[in-house]
Amino acid sequence: MTTEFPFEAETADGDLTSVGTSAVRIDGLDKISGAAQFVDDIDFGPGLLYAAIVESPYAYARILSIDTAEAEAAKGVVRVATGKDFPYKFGMYMEDRYIFAQDYVRFVGEQVAGVVARSHREAVQAAKLISVEYEVLTPLLDPRSAVADDADLIHPDLDDYTHVPWFFPQADTNIAHWRKIRKGDTKKAFAEADYILEDTYRVPRYAHCAIEPHVTVSKLDYADRLTVWTASQSPHTQRHLFAEALAPLGFSHKDVRVITPYVGGGFGGKAGVSMEILGAAMATLVKGRPVKLRWTREQEFYNTYQRQGVVAELKVGVKNDGTITAVEHKLYWDAGAYVEYGANVVNAAGLSATGPYRVPNITNDSLCIYTNLPPGGPYRGFGYSEFHFGLESHMDRIAEAIGMDAVEFRRKNAIVEGDELAYGAHMNPSGMIEAIDRTAAAIDWGVEEKSDNPNTVIGKGIALFWKAPAMPPNSSSASFLKFNEDGSINISVSGMELGQGYLTVMAQIASEVLSVPVGKIRVETPDTDRNPYEWQTVASHVTWSSGLAVEKAAIEARGKIFDVIHQVYGYEDDSLYLEDEAVKCKTDPEFSKPLREFVIDGIQTEDGTWRGGPIIASGKFMPEFTNANSDPETGQGGHPNVHYTVGATGVVLEIDKDTGRIWVRKAALAVDAGRAINPDLVNGQITGGLVQGLATVLYEDMRFDEGGKMMNPTFTDYKIPTAFDIPDEIIPIIVEVPQPDGPFGARGVGEHTMIGAAPVIANAVYNALGVRITSMPITQEKVAMAIFEKSEN
Amino acid sequence: MDLKLKVNGEDWALDVAPADVLLDVLRERIGVKSPKIGCERGDCGSCTILMDGRTVRSCLVLAIEVDGHEITTVEGISYEGFSELQNLFLQNNSFQCGFCAPGIVLAATELLDHNPNPTRHDVQEALAGNLCRCTGYEPIIEAVLAAGDGGSE
Repeated sequence: MTTEFPFEAETADGDLTSVGTSAVRIDGLDKISGAAQFVDDIDFGPGLLYAAIVESPYAYARILSIDTAEAEAAKGVVRVATGKDFPYKFGMYMEDRYIFAQDYVRFVGEQVAGVVARSHREAVQAAKLISVEYEVLTPLLDPRSAVADDADLIHPDLDDYTHVPWFFPQADTNIAHWRKIRKGDTKKAFAEADYILEDTYRVPRYAHCAIEPHVTVSKLDYADRLTVWTASQSPHTQRHLFAEALAPLGFSHKDVRVITPYVGGGFGGKAGVSMEILGAAMATLVKGRPVKLRWTREQEFYNTYQRQGVVAELKVGVKNDGTITAVEHKLYWDAGAYVEYGANVVNAAGLSATGPYRVPNITNDSLCIYTNLPPGGPYRGFGYSEFHFGLESHMDRIAEAIGMDAVEFRRKNAIVEGDELAYGAHMNPSGMIEAIDRTAAAIDWGVEEKSDNPNTVIGKGIALFWKAPAMPPNSSSASFLKFNEDGSINISVSGMELGQGYLTVMAQIASEVLSVPVGKIRVETPDTDRNPYEWQTVASHVTWSSGLAVEKAAIEARGKIFDVIHQVYGYEDDSLYLEDEAVKCKTDPEFSKPLREFVIDGIQTEDGTWRGGPIIASGKFMPEFTNANSDPETGQGGHPNVHYTVGATGVVLEIDKDTGRIWVRKAALAVDAGRAINPDLVNGQITGGLVQGLATVLYEDMRFDEGGKMMNPTFTDYKIPTAFDIPDEIIPIIVEVPQPDGPFGARGVGEHTMIGAAPVIANAVYNALGVRITSMPITQEKVAMAIFEKSEN
Repeated sequence: MDLKLKVNGEDWALDVAPADVLLDVLRERIGVKSPKIGCERGDCGSCTILMDGRTVRSCLVLAIEVDGHEITTVEGISYEGFSELQNLFLQNNSFQCGFCAPGIVLAATELLDHNPNPTRHDVQEALAGNLCRCTGYEPIIEAVLAAGDGGSE
């Protein structure tokens, strides 16, 4: 059976000239020359003010009093703000946050007050003069304790919170959302299974570590216009949340303008709204003056979204022939003090926690649990990296237990086009089998390798991955396109160039339709006043969704071009085509009209009058086949995900038997891009995502003390990879099974490349040492201890 | 305090406070924005500049310490047209978000100035103080090796 799509994207006739080529990225010159401007690089003149934030030292406490008098009198201070100034709630999917804390603080670092001063130094000094009196409460730091019957309620008013209709908060508990999937008869399937494996896997919290910290400059001008320059993945969503949160002050969306220049890395950390609301709010208190708020690296760790930790209880049943018959996956998410964004991570994981397998009987429970740790939120992989660690470890263990090759077991059960998904819809076309085979071949799967060094052993591993964009069902993209006098083009979109190459890919799509070279197309970062709507640059959806909006605008422009030619020369539209920046005609090979001759000025006719005029066009895309209206008890009945992107990861690693040190000798990663619009950029995602994923399993994790304070909020203590800490060899593999509704068949790949990295290391470590590690990270220390314990037994 | 220095070939004379940090003076007083603020404690390398041809983390240097010295940033390197190294970075898709790029261009420039034919290990060592979260470093290393005539192990 094939999946039906209401929109069939256009594919070019004949050979492609731009799509599929590794065009040099159009933002490359800016970036290698030092010209690229980030928010912190913009000059605002001598009127610029600086903000500093007073933060809670306690994970859970009641605010008894705040004394700001001394700070207000301090040198250089212009204004002090507290929760009293802004008693307004906000949130992306659930309104559970205040701009500044009101009566309670719920994590270490929560903002209690802010100071605006003439210099950064004065703001920081004055913030230290604000004294806050707290009644300290006992924090809940573990998600499973937080769901105990007698646990304190972190949000006693949970039942009154506004949220999207696909969340199911459990009143009088700390469960902010419970995504359930009930499909088939899991109980019966386990009773009839030949083999069942049950275990618990643990994944800690992680930090995005974009090298550019969050920074925002906000200004309310004398005409009550609020402009916010932010390092953000989500200009329109930010505008929307600023306008909504500050609506009591009289703002409408048209009065709020968000400008997002280049952003120095996002990885989900700059999606939605976090610290930016503080800058926007404080600017409303100092009319006429721009206010800059820049997070320190420490704040970047403990007071932006964090990747949520999870405890995953997994039970899988199989037949002796290797057929998976049932999956029961219970995910206890440590979602933190506020879940306004993170609850959707929990939702996404719950929908897809079977992994990329055909499973007839499913019981998934994904629980979003409030704790007194920093707010969880989006991080590249959006819940999938977390549950794949246990799931793909589990699949290896089952294959071994029933005496089947781990690759063969996965090939047998891998989900393919038309298979039924956990929520009842059907799987899109996918190159999973090809991805498995090419990955296995790249690491010589099945060929045992021996180390020349007697102190080291070699292990191989494989892990599959899948992920769907997690979005509201009506998330949209839009584009404007205009020609210039010389036939060059400006395109306006509101996706963000995060480094993935989005601007270049949009140019390539327009280039393909309009036969204008990429070098003659300018696409720039957005300004919500001028650029058309885009929901957010998250979910690995912009190549697909914004790409479709650009493709549609280009097709509309082409239609207008043909109309002018038809009016003047009489050729039928369907006989015309574009080639080498000119209109040509199938029925008149002599005819060629260069675009630059008429796309602004039009064409003069025999009577001296003109036809045509500036060629401008627009395009939009909204997936009109999705809906989130599923049964809360079973998850059946909706179509929440647009499609899945799949792939496989394989590694060959070497381990020192004495020290536990791991070297990744070779890593291969195959991802089904549908169509790689720019293969170099896809390879960039594969290499970068794989290394980021390997870091989560080999080096990184957030550590908190018993009071809920993060203990390692610096690059000295939270180690991200340097140029030394990468595999000796990375083999990127691009699979291309077209997505029927994608621009030229493309689907997203950005997040997927890190999802398989953690379990593939766990599997290769087991292969090398016979030691199964079920908690992340798999550090040198942990491996050394496991080797030691094994030798003791 | 009086500070005289040369920045990208241009002479500057400024009055600075004893605690002023070179990175802030470059960005806020001189208007050179390519050195970035990433961690303010010498961990990330995004504020890297060349001082008399050697890389320095400008967040760890007091402005007054560079009195009489010559500072080069990526703006200075780009002024006369791109270096071979910069062009190779462009061709190799070596950078994604670009925030670490100015520091890495300078770290690699220093390496090639002193070791025109580096090995992979040399390149990794030269770049180990500059964090990049996007690329996985591989396309950066490949470009530097190519700039060094392909390198040799």
